[in-house]
Amino acid sequence: MDSHVLVVTHDENMIEVTNLTKAYGETLATDDLTFTVKPGIVTGFLGPNGAGKSTTMRMILGLDAPTSGTATVAGRALAEHRQPLASMGALLDAKAVHPSRSAYDHLRALAVTNGIATSRVDQVLDLVGLSDVAKRRSGGFSLGMGQRLGVAAALLGDPEVVMLDEPVNGLDPEGILWIRHLLQNLASEGRTVFVSSHLMSEMELMAEHFVIIGQGRLIEDISADGLRAMAAGERTEVRAERLDELVNLMRADGVEVTSNDRNAVQVRGLEAGEIGRIARDAGIALQSLIPEQQTLEEVFMSLTAHSVQYHGGDQLQLAA
Amino acid sequence: MTITTPPAAPTTNRHQTPDNLRMDSTMTATAAIAPSSAPAPARSTASPNRRAKVGTANVVRGEWIKFWSVRSVWITLICAGLALVGFGMIFSSVAESGTAGPGPAAFLTNPVDVALGGVGLAEMVIGVVGVLVVAGEYSTGLIRTSFAAVGRRARVLRAKVVVVAASVFAVALAAVTAAIIAGQAVYAGSEATVPVGEVTDIILGTSVYLTGIALIGVSFGFIFRSTAGAIGTLVGGVFIGPNLLNLLPASVTDYFMKYLPSEAGAAIMTQVSDPDLLSRGAAYGVYAAWVVGLLGVAALLVNRRDA
Repeated sequence: MDSHVLVVTHDENMIEVTNLTKAYGETLATDDLTFTVKPGIVTGFLGPNGAGKSTTMRMILGLDAPTSGTATVAGRALAEHRQPLASMGALLDAKAVHPSRSAYDHLRALAVTNGIATSRVDQVLDLVGLSDVAKRRSGGFSLGMGQRLGVAAALLGDPEVVMLDEPVNGLDPEGILWIRHLLQNLASEGRTVFVSSHLMSEMELMAEHFVIIGQGRLIEDISADGLRAMAAGERTEVRAERLDELVNLMRADGVEVTSNDRNAVQVRGLEAGEIGRIARDAGIALQSLIPEQQTLEEVFMSLTAHSVQYHGGDQLQLAA
Repeated sequence: MTITTPPAAPTTNRHQTPDNLRMDSTMTATAAIAPSSAPAPARSTASPNRRAKVGTANVVRGEWIKFWSVRSVWITLICAGLALVGFGMIFSSVAESGTAGPGPAAFLTNPVDVALGGVGLAEMVIGVVGVLVVAGEYSTGLIRTSFAAVGRRARVLRAKVVVVAASVFAVALAAVTAAIIAGQAVYAGSEATVPVGEVTDIILGTSVYLTGIALIGVSFGFIFRSTAGAIGTLVGGVFIGPNLLNLLPASVTDYFMKYLPSEAGAAIMTQVSDPDLLSRGAAYGVYAAWVVGLLGVAALLVNRRDA
C-alpha cells in the first residue's frame, strides 16, 4: 500500500455537538443544539443573522464555555488536543490580525506555537495567493485579502477539521469560486469541513449537508438531497381574470395561497390540474398556470421564517 | 483502481486502528479517497509535524515573534529607554550647575537618584507597552486565534509574561546603566561619586521595578481587555493615585503608603534610606507580591471568562 495515500478513519474527526446550550442572562444564544459534522463532505451551517452560528463555533473552539452540553472535535475538547492547529483550523474573523504586523509574521507566530515548520507558512501563503504581499502590513489588506489570510491561518496545521465562519464575506466572484473549490477539495481529501453562512445561495453550490439553526435551535440537520426533496413540494403560479374569486374557491385545508403582486398568486397544496378544473367549473378564464419548483433559498427562508430576528416589510398574505 | 492488501500494522502515526473492524473501514475509505487526493492543493507536501505539539517554549517563541514584529511596540520600548537616559542627563546637568531642581545638596547626597530622574516618564511608557501587547490582541480579536491555537489559555499569558519581562528587563538594564554612567560623566571632577556596589543594587532594582510595571500593564490588559481601561487604571491607580493620597494626613497614610507598588518601587530604586519607605529587601517582597498577585487575578479571569 502506498504510504502516501491518505487514510481516513470515520468517526475520528467529527465535530460533535451535544445538547449545547449557551445562555446570556435570560436569552439563549444556543438552545439544546445537537448535531454532528462528518468528514469527507462540506457541511453548511446556516441560519439568519443572530441565529447562534458564531456562538456555536466559539464553543467548538473552546473559547466560550457552554452553559450546558458539550462540543468536541475527534472525541475531545479542542483545548485538550496536543497540537490544536493540526486537529482544527478555524477562521472566525478576517480582521483578527494586528494591522501593523505582516501576513508572514502573523502566520509565523501562529505556526511556531504548534511546532509547525516555517516552510509551511510559505506554502499556505502560496495556496491562498498572498505570497506577493506577505511582507506588507496586513492593515492595508482588503476584506477579501483578509479572508484569504484567515484561510491561510486555518490551513497552517494541515488540519483534519476545517471550520470557517462566513468565509465568503468580502470575496469577489473569483474568490468565491476559489474558496468553493478549495473547500470541496479539502472535503474530498477526507477532511471535515464546516462552513457557516447566512446565505443559502452561497452554500447550495458547495455543501452536501446542511445544519440549519434559528434562534439557537436546530431546525434541520439534512442532506442536500433531502433539502431538494423538500423544495420539490409543488407550487403553482396562477394568473386569472377574477383572481380574488378564484382564490376564494381554492381555499381548503392544506392549501396555501400567497401573493407578491396584484395579478398573480402562488398556490401550494393544489395540483395545477385541480386549479384548472376549479377555474373551469366557475367559468373563470385562466391567463397562466405555471408549476414552479422552490429554490433551496426559498425552502431555507420558509424554514427559518419564524426565527428571523430582523424582518423587512411583511409580504402580502392571502393565506387560506 | 488497484486492490491493495491491508497492511499488517497501521501505516500512519496519525490514526490508531483499535480493531479489525476499524481497519476494514479504513481501507474502504482509503480506496475511495485516494484518487481525488492526488491534486490536493492544501495537503502539506512538507512532512507535517505530526509529532509536534504545543509547549511552553513554542508558545514563548510565538509571542516573541509577535512582540518584535509590531513596530509601534518595540519603538515605544526603545523610546522609553532613550527618555530615561535623556531626562537623566538633563536632571544631572541641572543639578550639577546648581541653578534649579534638587540643588547642589541633593546632587551631592544622591547623584544616582538624580540621574534616574527619567524613570518617572519611562515607567509610564513601559507600562503602556505591557498593556498594548495584550489589549491590542483583544481589540482585533486575535486573542481568540491565540487561545484556540494553544489550547490552554494560561499558556498565552505565561508566554507574554516571559517575553515582556525579558525584553523590558534587557532594555531597562541598558538604559538605567547608561543613565547612571551619563550622570557620573556630568559630575566628573566633583566629589559626588558613588560606590560601585551600591550602584549595581540600584541598577538591578530599577530594572526590576520597570519590568514589574510592564507586567502590571500585561495583567491590566488581560483584566480590562481594552487599551483605554487598562492604561487608565495603570496611570490613575499606580502612578497618579499615590500622589493624591499624599494629601491625606501622614498619620493615616503612614500605615499603607509604603506598601503601594510605586512606593515599594521607590524603596528598591533609591540610594538613600528613607524612614517612610520599606527596607530594600521587604520592598522587593511587597513589589513582587503586587505583580504576581495581579497576574494571578488576570490568569483567573482569563480562564473563567469567555474569550
